[in-house]
Amino acid sequence: MAENLKTQDIIKAENLVYSKTPVLTDNVMHYCPGCGHGTAHRLIAEVIEEMDIQADTIGIAPVGCSVLMYNYLDIDMQQAAHGRAPAIATAVKRLMPAKYVFTYQGDGDLAAIGTAETIHACNRGENIAIFFVNNGIYGMTGGQMAPTTLPNMKSSTSPYGRDVELMGNPLKITELVAQLPGTWYVTRQAVHTPSAVRKAKKAVRRAFENQKLKKGLSLIEIVSNCNSGWKMSPVQANAWMEENMLPFYPLGDIKLEGNLLAKE
Amino acid sequence: MANAKGSIVVDREKCKGCEVCILACPTGVIQLTREVNAKGYHFAYMVNPDACTGCSNCAIVCPDGVITVYRKKRPPVEKSVQ
Repeated sequence: MAENLKTQDIIKAENLVYSKTPVLTDNVMHYCPGCGHGTAHRLIAEVIEEMDIQADTIGIAPVGCSVLMYNYLDIDMQQAAHGRAPAIATAVKRLMPAKYVFTYQGDGDLAAIGTAETIHACNRGENIAIFFVNNGIYGMTGGQMAPTTLPNMKSSTSPYGRDVELMGNPLKITELVAQLPGTWYVTRQAVHTPSAVRKAKKAVRRAFENQKLKKGLSLIEIVSNCNSGWKMSPVQANAWMEENMLPFYPLGDIKLEGNLLAKE
Repeated sequence: MANAKGSIVVDREKCKGCEVCILACPTGVIQLTREVNAKGYHFAYMVNPDACTGCSNCAIVCPDGVITVYRKKRPPVEKSVQ
């Protein structure tokens, strides 16, 4: 048989097909095992490396689990007050229009306390990219109910499930901002399977490339898990997300090149 | 038989044992070890290295980016049977 390739023959520099991008630092991420934040960070870092814009990119870190994002990406970063990342990004982009500017926010940051900043930045059509990681919960503070929490979903402040009559409906902020004339590209992706990661990476790449066009804002929602907040193992959390989150937050492009896509 | 053979290297001290790569692997190469790293996590290793095709699915879903993938084409099979 042709089983003459030994493992030590394969592990050589010339056979390397995938390794961690140097745009990510060597720090160990503080995220829980299986958290989608790590994958989302890596996608952004890989796109920055592929486009060779490491020196020209400025990221805005939010408040939330990803507040320490500047420890993991080897680029210039600024940390914003809670929810105010789009406002900081607006200032950075207007002062330095040649730079690539992005914000990275969770749902508690972007869809709750920062709703005003998000909607107005989208409406003004700032040439920035917003990466919105939606796990339907306030992850950092202990799994409280967020605006994006699903109906009947249990969280530490809705232990019997979210009662829509009492607590209101979940907010689909991505569909909301897609209606605004200032947005150029709005999409929803996930990072729990290899195929989803590949699609999400294309979306991230497009968001960075759109900044050259100066046509408007790109918003990429990444539906993610929060296995600690949901009280599940990482694999269970991904399965739960596929079963419950994705029917409510369907994946795919919502607005492409300034045109709303019709629903199927 | 796949015409390429792969191999992965896991940074065992950074792996958090989330098992996402185990589901992502189409050929069932990866499992968690019984032993633990310095942080107390079981880490991923190749339980079945011969089946690895170097597709990098495990590496692109790894939230912590601890998997490095290598891939080498198999040499052409020689006709002579030994």
